[in-house]
Amino acid sequence: MTEENLPQAQPEQPETPKKPVKPKKDPRAKLYKPETPLILASSPHFHTRDTVPRIMWNVVAALVPATVLALVYFQWAAVGIILTSVSSALIAEMLVNRVKGESFTIPDGSALITGLLLAMTLPPSFSLGGTALGSVFAIVVGKHFFGGLGYNIFNPALLGRAFLQASFPVPMTTWTWPLTARYADVDGITAATPLGLFKFEGVTSELSGLLTGNISGSLGETSAIAILIGGIYLLIRKYADWRISLSFLLSTFLVSGAFWLISPESYSSPVFQLFSGGLMLGAFFMATDMVTSPVTARGAWIFGAGAGFILVIIRLFGGLPEGVMYSILLMNAFTPLINRYTRPKFFGEIRA
Amino acid sequence: MSSTATLKTEFIKGIWKENPVMASLLGLCPTLAVTNAANNGLAMGLATTFVLLSSSLMISALRNFIPHQVRIAGYIVIIATFVTVADRFLAAYFPVISASLGPYIPLIVVNCLILGRQEAFSSRNGIGRSLLDSLGMGIGFIIVLVVLGIIREILGSGSIFGIAILGDWFTPWMVMILPPGAFLTLGILIALANWYNDPSRSKEGRAVS
Repeated sequence: MTEENLPQAQPEQPETPKKPVKPKKDPRAKLYKPETPLILASSPHFHTRDTVPRIMWNVVAALVPATVLALVYFQWAAVGIILTSVSSALIAEMLVNRVKGESFTIPDGSALITGLLLAMTLPPSFSLGGTALGSVFAIVVGKHFFGGLGYNIFNPALLGRAFLQASFPVPMTTWTWPLTARYADVDGITAATPLGLFKFEGVTSELSGLLTGNISGSLGETSAIAILIGGIYLLIRKYADWRISLSFLLSTFLVSGAFWLISPESYSSPVFQLFSGGLMLGAFFMATDMVTSPVTARGAWIFGAGAGFILVIIRLFGGLPEGVMYSILLMNAFTPLINRYTRPKFFGEIRA
Repeated sequence: MSSTATLKTEFIKGIWKENPVMASLLGLCPTLAVTNAANNGLAMGLATTFVLLSSSLMISALRNFIPHQVRIAGYIVIIATFVTVADRFLAAYFPVISASLGPYIPLIVVNCLILGRQEAFSSRNGIGRSLLDSLGMGIGFIIVLVVLGIIREILGSGSIFGIAILGDWFTPWMVMILPPGAFLTLGILIALANWYNDPSRSKEGRAVS
């Protein structure tokens, strides 16, 4: 795969250092161009139509229902945040490409997804300047400082959101009711999210509101149904690992259910935990990020279960009402370790 | 070994090529902890440079008298003496800065940068070279701390050296004056420096590799 594995493919340096190397005179230079490295992979050699752009554009398509609902519920506030987030992600991607001197990677759609996902996690009254900052941070620091798409340890959109959460803790936790957000700068009605309501005031929200999204919350995480439609599409097309989504939801349900059974008065029901906050968005679109989640099947189960466990602990005992972001980021950090310990056996291998 | 390098390179190397923070990653504790404002960074840099210079002077002068087996203990005693001087001086004349730096002034004693230079340089070189080396290292340390402090203060408080420069429109990025901001900023600075120094980026470098 890497160049050091194929020394025979490298045009060899001549013994006499006086002559400058001219690749044209080397007969092997016709076969091997340094600009386009030879790609070798071990068997099996599957042919697939999946390419990075194809996968990414499918994810964009899967996000359409949630985006449309965000536009319906939050109107101009949603338009502003989504446009700002996406355009600054694209501009940042372009500038980084230029500085690094690499080919433009905007057409692969990954920057578009990062911008869109970040917008989905922001409260509708958030400032546009802050949105742009988070988007640029996600692309430049979250993705390109680690080496670009495929090398990032953490989900870039979540890293951008974590940066915003740490920088602007108050605006990041101020939500407005749907349809009133467009008057946000005049007299928007601020309201706690269902999770915040339960945590700080002990009020349980109606399940119907959680499903349709007519509740206070971040842009894309209010309607469980809209996320589910896109998420199930991704699972069917196999662009998201169903094991991760399922184990994430299942583990959240079981762990919060255990606490609920112990004391139904002080802890909310597992169904409420399942459909509130950003869990649906996180479980289908963020935890399943191919780059930052384990590659093995067993690893995917561990990843989802761990994220669900951390999520419930943060929601029930942490200082914040919501913990999807931190639970996924923490499990992202464990991904290399999980991959290492769930590595399948080689054929005939005997483990000591 | 010491005679091969010119006096100028002994002085210059600490500023960029062997910068204590950017190249050797020494003295990270004060670098990360006190640079939430440019003032604090400058004060910490000056105090550290003072300790570095004075202890280099003493140790290079006494290098043939300190028994080899107990040299580290000897160095620490000398360094601790000057740290106490710096600590009391700041407390007497700059009580505000002394209070904001808190325990980090006494902690200069255990700054790896200082002990490292004594062990690696002052104990093997004459007084003049040792002072030049310490001065270069100290200036390199001050530059990094002040740059970090300026970046973090502008973004985290909207001011430089305590003077507000950004208007009301600017919402401070709170993370920058918190510990994560220190790690982020230093990490980004070191990444940029390594990228700038990367030989494969230049045409000559590419031809070699």
